[in-house]
Amino acid sequence: MSVLAIAEHRRGELRDVSLEQLAAGRDLAEATDGELHTAVIGGDVETFGAALNREGVDTVHTVDVGEEFNHDVYTQVVTQLTEQLEPSVLLMPNSVNGLDYAPAVANRLDRPLVTDVVDIDAEDGLTATRELYGSKVETTIDVHAEQAAVTLRPAEWPTIEADGDATIETFDPTIDESAVRSTVKGFEEVGGGDIDITDADVLVSVGRGIEEEENLDIIYDLAEALDATVAGSRPLIDNGWLEKDRQVGQSGKVVTPDVYIAIGISGAVQHVAGMKGSDTIVAINTDPNAPIFDIADYGIQDDLFEVVPALIEQFQ
Amino acid sequence: MQILVTVKEVAAVDDEFEIDGLGIDDRYVTADLNEWDEYAVEEAVQIKEAHDDVEVVTVTIGPDETEETIRQALAKGADRAIRVWDDALDDAGLLDPETKAEVLAAVAAEEDPDLVLTGVQSADDGFGATGVTLADKLGMEWGAVVNDLDLDLEAGVAGVHRELEGGVEELTDIEIPAVLTIQTGINDPRYASLRGIRQAQSKELAAYSLSDIGLDAAGIESPLEQTSLYEPETEGEATVFEGSPEETASELAALLEEKGVTS
Repeated sequence: MSVLAIAEHRRGELRDVSLEQLAAGRDLAEATDGELHTAVIGGDVETFGAALNREGVDTVHTVDVGEEFNHDVYTQVVTQLTEQLEPSVLLMPNSVNGLDYAPAVANRLDRPLVTDVVDIDAEDGLTATRELYGSKVETTIDVHAEQAAVTLRPAEWPTIEADGDATIETFDPTIDESAVRSTVKGFEEVGGGDIDITDADVLVSVGRGIEEEENLDIIYDLAEALDATVAGSRPLIDNGWLEKDRQVGQSGKVVTPDVYIAIGISGAVQHVAGMKGSDTIVAINTDPNAPIFDIADYGIQDDLFEVVPALIEQFQ
Repeated sequence: MQILVTVKEVAAVDDEFEIDGLGIDDRYVTADLNEWDEYAVEEAVQIKEAHDDVEVVTVTIGPDETEETIRQALAKGADRAIRVWDDALDDAGLLDPETKAEVLAAVAAEEDPDLVLTGVQSADDGFGATGVTLADKLGMEWGAVVNDLDLDLEAGVAGVHRELEGGVEELTDIEIPAVLTIQTGINDPRYASLRGIRQAQSKELAAYSLSDIGLDAAGIESPLEQTSLYEPETEGEATVFEGSPEETASELAALLEEKGVTS
């Protein structure tokens, strides 16, 4: 089973998922005695190409078009390269940009697409494992096709660090400029206020379990009692209850405090991506099955509206 | 102009639940409009309010029972709704993004919208791929994970922010007609007013089979087969404090003091 993995980069940096895909791709290729190809499109392809030359990679394809990601260009390049190499499995990142071109590529190549895959196996045909209902359950999916497209969830595989002896090849695509109907104008850092949650030693982080905006008072009271900084998960920022600066997670900040107290946070993968590096994680949540308890060091499985006031009292 | 908004009824699962075969036991699920779609509907309704002659049409793939949920979008300002269902879709098992996009594309081809808004993903199976697949089938331009939209109808351009990872947004101009997948937080979805809820009852909700929209039911086949559903093994090794809130709070306080947290 041959594999082609499409790397991802942004603003001059190769993203980790590019090397994680090589780990997943190597397992697939080795299990079936197939080849592992990877490709990088745009930016400093020479440097990126060298960085992708890791153990187990047979060929690195460099495609020197443009600087930053543009989905119209990526769609055309990945479609053409896949048509040429005919890999059994086309791997792409399940990132915001991956989801901006992978579905179009799969559609053009008439390959089934399985997204957000957390495990993949090629022993007996292609089987992908995904999570449903916000990580409450997992499901396995058999892909009934000779050739498939798969997007891999970031941070589920290790990165391959050992150097490889891959052949580096350039690929010259034919870009139909009339089909490039989007223009990336630039980037913007969000937040940018006075609060820096990445600098805090102790974070009191609050999620959907707080229910009402008025209830945030007890969170601020607790933060004050602990000399901590208040942070939160996505729903609170979406609701406008907390400033964007305070968002922890994939689309917010990555934090590594000494102590992270997650209150009423279920622990969706996007949130966990932003706080799993904390030294000590404490979770307070009524749901004993909440995924936050999978990564917490200490937990209280009880009503936050009873536990938090009791905790404040302890510090007064 | 017309804005087509794809909407989906999803199942919210209780904290405690049981698995029944390849699904969640019905007793533990509540039907609701997909959260991302709520933002897509609101965005469409806001565009309608800001411009003259904008019609907002919702389209869903789902059985009769989903109509009550779909009416929520009508109550919030959508003008009419389309629902497609067919025994062939029921029999197909797990619907992959391509199959869903094929059905939605057949409706879109008939409606000829200027803009299609979808949620970024659905809260249940979360493929996050139907919108972009739909765009490609329609030969439209697209943008995934949009959290800011500035529509310039005269120039025929949607200026969007795409929410990338790590607190960075990509600023992109997209030619319309286009499909945009809408991220939560882009707006503040309204609650349906009583008047809106009343009006929704008399708004058109058309139900179509596959043949009604020109698709061959025999051609509906999902290449994906769900083979198991299970609760993931907890990897957690959390020390769980037991007892009354006072007792657990006291234990946690002792731990925090040990970790150097002081008032």
